[in-house]
Amino acid sequence: MKSVCFYFQVHQPVRLRKFGAFDIGKSPDYFDDGRNNFYLERISKKCYIPTNKIMLDLIRKTEGRFKVSFSITGILLEAMEKNFPETLDSFRKLVDTGSVELFGETYYHSLAYLISEKEFREQVKLHTEKVRSLFGVRPRVMRNTEAMYSNDVAALAGRMGFRGIVAEGLSHILGWRSPNHLYTPPGSDMRIFLRNFKLSDDIGFRFSCREWDGWPLTADKYANWLGDSDGDIINIFMDYETFGEHQWQETGIFEFMRHLPQEVSRHEHLEFMTPSEIIRAKKPVGVYDVPYLTSWADVHRDLSAWLENPMQRQAFDQMKGMESVVRNSKLLDTWRRLQTSDHFYYMCTKWFADGDVHKYFNCYDTPYDAFLNFMNVLTDLNNRMKQKGARKKR
Amino acid sequence: MKILMLGWEFPPFSSGGLGTHCYNITKALSDKNVDISFIMPGCDDDVSSDRVKVIRAGKGRLIKLGVSLKPYLPSLPVSVHSGDKTGNEKVYGQGFFQDVQKYTDLAVQVSRDLDCDVVHCHDWMTFPAGIKIKEEKKRPLIVTVHSTEFDRTGSLSPNPWISDIEWQGLYHADRIIAVSNRIKNLIVERYGVPPEKIDVVHNSIEPGKYAGAPMTFGLDQRVVLFLGRLALQKGPDHFLNAAKRVLEKDSNVRFIVVGIGDMLPQLIYMSINMGISSNVTFTGFQESIEGFYRMADLYVMPSVSEPFGITALEAMASGTPVIISKQSGVLEVAKHMLSADFWDADDIASKILGVLGYDCLRKEMQKNGLQEVSGMSWSDAAEKTIGVYREAMNHREVFVG
Repeated sequence: MKSVCFYFQVHQPVRLRKFGAFDIGKSPDYFDDGRNNFYLERISKKCYIPTNKIMLDLIRKTEGRFKVSFSITGILLEAMEKNFPETLDSFRKLVDTGSVELFGETYYHSLAYLISEKEFREQVKLHTEKVRSLFGVRPRVMRNTEAMYSNDVAALAGRMGFRGIVAEGLSHILGWRSPNHLYTPPGSDMRIFLRNFKLSDDIGFRFSCREWDGWPLTADKYANWLGDSDGDIINIFMDYETFGEHQWQETGIFEFMRHLPQEVSRHEHLEFMTPSEIIRAKKPVGVYDVPYLTSWADVHRDLSAWLENPMQRQAFDQMKGMESVVRNSKLLDTWRRLQTSDHFYYMCTKWFADGDVHKYFNCYDTPYDAFLNFMNVLTDLNNRMKQKGARKKR
Repeated sequence: MKILMLGWEFPPFSSGGLGTHCYNITKALSDKNVDISFIMPGCDDDVSSDRVKVIRAGKGRLIKLGVSLKPYLPSLPVSVHSGDKTGNEKVYGQGFFQDVQKYTDLAVQVSRDLDCDVVHCHDWMTFPAGIKIKEEKKRPLIVTVHSTEFDRTGSLSPNPWISDIEWQGLYHADRIIAVSNRIKNLIVERYGVPPEKIDVVHNSIEPGKYAGAPMTFGLDQRVVLFLGRLALQKGPDHFLNAAKRVLEKDSNVRFIVVGIGDMLPQLIYMSINMGISSNVTFTGFQESIEGFYRMADLYVMPSVSEPFGITALEAMASGTPVIISKQSGVLEVAKHMLSADFWDADDIASKILGVLGYDCLRKEMQKNGLQEVSGMSWSDAAEKTIGVYREAMNHREVFVG
């Protein structure tokens, strides 16, 4: 049997408000609650609630044979808990079916792995606790922010009790091999789930692209592609916002999903499985050796979307440099919210002039505005941290 | 293809983007074998001789009329209060309206000896002549709009005589060229011109001209540059407002104001009243501006209304980061600059402080800005302009109003 493993990343950044140089020292209010709630309400209506309903119907209709996994960031869970409880409930209902697995990740969808092991561990732990308190389950498989991955990330996740981890199935590392198998890192028994980027992006990026020779993508056509694939697991990983937001309702993306399980069931050798089931059922076929960090972002599949240009590096280094002091302050949570990868993504100049996907939901006119706004906030945070009274009482 | 072009004095005698445009588009069109007879007002020397001067330039010819048009420059000496009497004298020099009439008569007279397929006018002062020549020669008229009376006056008190000439030119034109979508929309909204009559041909730049090693300003101060006509449209007062805010946080910054205009006395008083005059330098008119771009750490252009804004591209080509008002057409062709609302002194100042304060930001803007303008050239603009000529020529039934 060949397993089809659907996994969706669910995340919304907590956006900063406009914070100019003259706001420094005047207001500790960094986040744009109004706009954040506005976007969250919109994405709930357009994507989360309708898609969750489809998923729930599919699970019920197939008596639990349709299975999916999610990774929901801590800051989003927190925001839903506070302001959008009905959206959170719709995720709860899905998890309660037993056909849905939840992954672990950093609470803040952050670049914490690049800060320190301690910081990374703490943020993953915060996330695990949040998931446990809201859903009553413990994540067993990890996805680091934007699938940032290396042998060392896998080893650390292993030490933290995770059994599997998500990575991009990169051709230059796989060589002749297929991403459609379980792999392990060198000398480890962690299980690596490699994203099949071709089949994932067919839905995530190309679904509505009329210039693409696969258009229009129908459920039966896609099920045939899955059926014809080599290997024994096919990992289809993408942003959950694909449904209704990256791909609008008018593209037919909901109808596609609604019919997919039925079309997949026509292929007798295909079944849906969650990663934890796959770990129990399947053996790894080889070693996926990644000595340096990779990711699933952009075409370069490295860290360059967040940490390439000198502005991104300076912003990150300055933020990182605050670690030892901020740990003993009441501002730890605020500092961590500034680690969310999106803040750095907005500073990316690579594709800026082309006006591509980086612009999506980007509230800044230019990467330069993103940098300045972030630095003003960071400067203010740094000043407050040094002031008397910010220290935690012990 | 023979073009009779009614345009503007070339740099350095021009007062801004219009002259730069005329010079570059004529050159680029000539390179593409377009035969141009270019009629321009004379500079002061030509006026004193009171003669029409014809200069052969390659295939085409340059015809300088014995009349000087300096609409946007003050007739010196100017008293500080001169603007308050009548609206017109504030923006336009004295005797200017007679000069326009003289220019029109001379241009029409000269045109009788010239053969052409298309008549092409730049901005309103040449429109009356263009309309007459079109009627006499029965040739299609094309007008390029670089700015309108609404841009120049910030829509506050547009001169009806001028906006009427603009309207007539737009009405009689067979095709209209707008230098940005921004000005195209303005023409549609304010003058009721059907949008399909307008083609957008963005201004451009010859980036090589501005390349060169950075220069230093004698003092150990960061330099923020304003370069443009000292007129309401260009927002020099907003520049000073932002300067004041910057100096509250960082006193080691020099603000250089290059250009002349009727607001100069007012601006000098303003800087004194704000207590920032020791950090502001007024240079007056400068023939060579390249050096100023290169010595500046930052170029700021807080225009109230900027149909295009070629100077932003010039600064980028000089490796100088740019902060431009959001009300600028150049944002349609170049992205690697910061923008702010012209009235938001705090935002402009905040961005100035940011660019001066973060080397990494300045370098990134420099690098990407240079790269962005490196692909630009007037040749593309000329190509598009030729397309507009062809379209006008192909619709031979020329409309004569």
